[in-house]
Amino acid sequence: MTVPPPTPPAAPPDSSASAVRRPPAGAQTNRRGKLDLDPATVRRARELARRVGQPVVDLAQRHTTVSVERATLRLAGLEGADPDGTPWVNRLLDACRGDVGLEHGIALPVWDALLRGEAESLAVLAQKASAGSVRFRLPEGRDRDRAHAAARDQVAAGIRRVDERRRERERLVELHGDPDHQPWIYLIVATGDIYEDIPQAQQAAREGADIIAVIRSTGQSLLDYVPEGATREGFAGTYATQENFRLMRAALDESSRELGRYVRLTNYASGLCMPEIAALAGLARLDMMLNDSMYGILFRDINPVRTFVDQRFSRQVHARAGIVINTGEDNYLTTADAVEAAHTVTVSQLLNEYFAKEAGLEDWQLGLGHAFEIDPELPDSFRMELSHALLARELFPDAPLKWMPPTRHMTGDVFRGYLLDAFFTLAGTLTGQGILLVGMMTEAVVTPWLSDRDLALRSVRYVMNAAGNLHEDFVPAPDGFIVQRARQVLGESVDLLERIAAHESPTGLLDAIADGTFGLMRRPADAGRGLDGVAVKSEAYVNPATEILEEQ
Amino acid sequence: MTEHQAPPPTPPQQAGRTPERTEGPLVRPYGDTTGDGMVQVSFTLPVSSLGDAAKHAEGAAAQLARKMGIDPPLVAHTQPMGPGFTFFVVYGPVTHLVDTREVRVVERDYPLLTPKEVNLAIRQGLRRRLVVVGACIGSDAHTVGIDAILNIKGFAGEKGLEYYRELKVVNLGAQVSVPELVARAREEEADAVLVSQVVTQRDAHLLNTQEMSAAFREAYPSDRRPLLVVGGPRFDESAADRLGVDRVFARGTTPGEVASYLTHRIVGSAA
Repeated sequence: MTVPPPTPPAAPPDSSASAVRRPPAGAQTNRRGKLDLDPATVRRARELARRVGQPVVDLAQRHTTVSVERATLRLAGLEGADPDGTPWVNRLLDACRGDVGLEHGIALPVWDALLRGEAESLAVLAQKASAGSVRFRLPEGRDRDRAHAAARDQVAAGIRRVDERRRERERLVELHGDPDHQPWIYLIVATGDIYEDIPQAQQAAREGADIIAVIRSTGQSLLDYVPEGATREGFAGTYATQENFRLMRAALDESSRELGRYVRLTNYASGLCMPEIAALAGLARLDMMLNDSMYGILFRDINPVRTFVDQRFSRQVHARAGIVINTGEDNYLTTADAVEAAHTVTVSQLLNEYFAKEAGLEDWQLGLGHAFEIDPELPDSFRMELSHALLARELFPDAPLKWMPPTRHMTGDVFRGYLLDAFFTLAGTLTGQGILLVGMMTEAVVTPWLSDRDLALRSVRYVMNAAGNLHEDFVPAPDGFIVQRARQVLGESVDLLERIAAHESPTGLLDAIADGTFGLMRRPADAGRGLDGVAVKSEAYVNPATEILEEQ
Repeated sequence: MTEHQAPPPTPPQQAGRTPERTEGPLVRPYGDTTGDGMVQVSFTLPVSSLGDAAKHAEGAAAQLARKMGIDPPLVAHTQPMGPGFTFFVVYGPVTHLVDTREVRVVERDYPLLTPKEVNLAIRQGLRRRLVVVGACIGSDAHTVGIDAILNIKGFAGEKGLEYYRELKVVNLGAQVSVPELVARAREEEADAVLVSQVVTQRDAHLLNTQEMSAAFREAYPSDRRPLLVVGGPRFDESAADRLGVDRVFARGTTPGEVASYLTHRIVGSAA
């Protein structure tokens, strides 16, 4: 059995190009796979995920956020920041919100002001608005229709730029080619200085990385604006900015030419600005984005409604841009026990899949996450890892799963860490994972040294080469330990989804999040950061970006 | 080399006796023979070891090892990493001795507890959740420090204080004014107030901290005042008295250390 040649994904309506550009998904011949999962149970799990997720989608559709509206301005081409570094999109939105509120959306009042001749461009309007010399109003009648049409024209031009970037990626992948192995190798750089990141990323690509992820500065997820320009200072990471995206993508295009394979770039559409960062990623041809439906709520205490609204918009942008999302289920296992909480990973994957598809993403764009985090002291820990990894593989056969290395049980014993990471890689190759985040032996000690990365890649190459197509021979005994364990986790997942669906309020998922079901964090829907940036849409609400993105 | 043979166990020495090599105040690293002094190190040098450069690179590694006191060095492994770097593994005996009488460590004045132990101690000692209010004060918008300690995501592989079931964490975020912080601390009946200062101009972090501690002393009777803790990369751990706070944590402090300290001070004094 070999990996089937990837099939071309559906392209946006105005794209005729098709190219090999999906990370490897699972290879299966037998419909019931190696675990012989009961199709009725699998259907039931998906049906429950839909039932639990649907009310949250409805909730998201009824609200808008400051970040969704700012993303709309960014798609319309508004860039840059004032001399204090506050982006013009924030300045314009804040001024407009002060006059007419957030609930009608930014488009009507802003393009109405442009049509009234308050300014000749968005940039000038933003400057005048922040100086207080423009008054906004909610237009009505013909004024409203004209403002709507003008907004739509200008946002559509931005979305066409996103489409162009997508076609550009397709051309480059065709030209340079994809990695010839599975899983694809994903490496992180994080110096805080984009000009240090670039040579590190290029060196990592030379050493064998197929995907480069630039870790963000720690504080960024809680900033309610996207910093501007090339940045040279960050905390444990580099700020995600439009200019940093552009610089790194250009550098990796150079590497792709040098190496004869397309090197992908990853960043983070998460935190308070995820819709804007998604838009910037689409405009800068990033290839993958971390984009989890619940991570910000659970781990950053961002308001749940804000998160779900921002999520939906950002996923619609990613769908359009041909970006592969990576979800963050690995994080649950860093707080909860990887055996006891295994089913919360599966439930979250099912929810992420539902939310992603609802937003227009396709299977090949779903880098659903999971991790090798079982306590290595447990007997049969490796067998359980294989079981969990195979369960994800078989539940989502067409998704490029993201396989995350151990962190929780890594210690200062770097030799043991090296061994653990090799077992992690072996589990990944045996179970057909799509994207392998390379584990570092020094995980618990330092940010990776040059030699750590080199040793880690050597280990990955050895395991992948030595194991070869061992996944063909790896067929767990029917009704054996691995099969039984997978069934148990799937069963517990269905049980948990049923409990969530049985919550009295229609949005049982929000209740489940509030009472600490995922990652042990309790997050009520009426608390958390960014709540003041959420508004219930009025009858008059218009957002041309959402309109266009939902037309597909 | 032959298989390692374990030396016969030596009986424990009586105190005050002239120490033998294995038990005395002077010790050497142990490879497979007492006193062999063997160590193994690995490091990277920014030199090429491709082609003809390999011998020169090994020489460079041996030179460093000798300067480190490893003599004679055995450069066991030379691994080129691209054109400009080489990774080495070096074995050899060190010429240095360790005098165990001269070992000095700065003792932590509180025991380091696991999250489980912290939760248990609070449950048994306080019989309620311990309330922690955290903030960045002044103009500092960098919540990275306070978030690393408070957010469940944590820092350095340790979960933040939110992860502790028996800790109630109220994270006020950035740019919190001192009066607001005092008001929230009162409202929440805080047992401890954590303040982080990351990016500051001149000595703003010191002035802000003094302002904060003065405000708390004014607002509370001295026996009711919450424990005041500040942290950040520019603080000196020994400056607590001068700043009027109970504890200063410097760069690299982990959530587990903070949780252990709070438990020691608050639960310890309640018990």
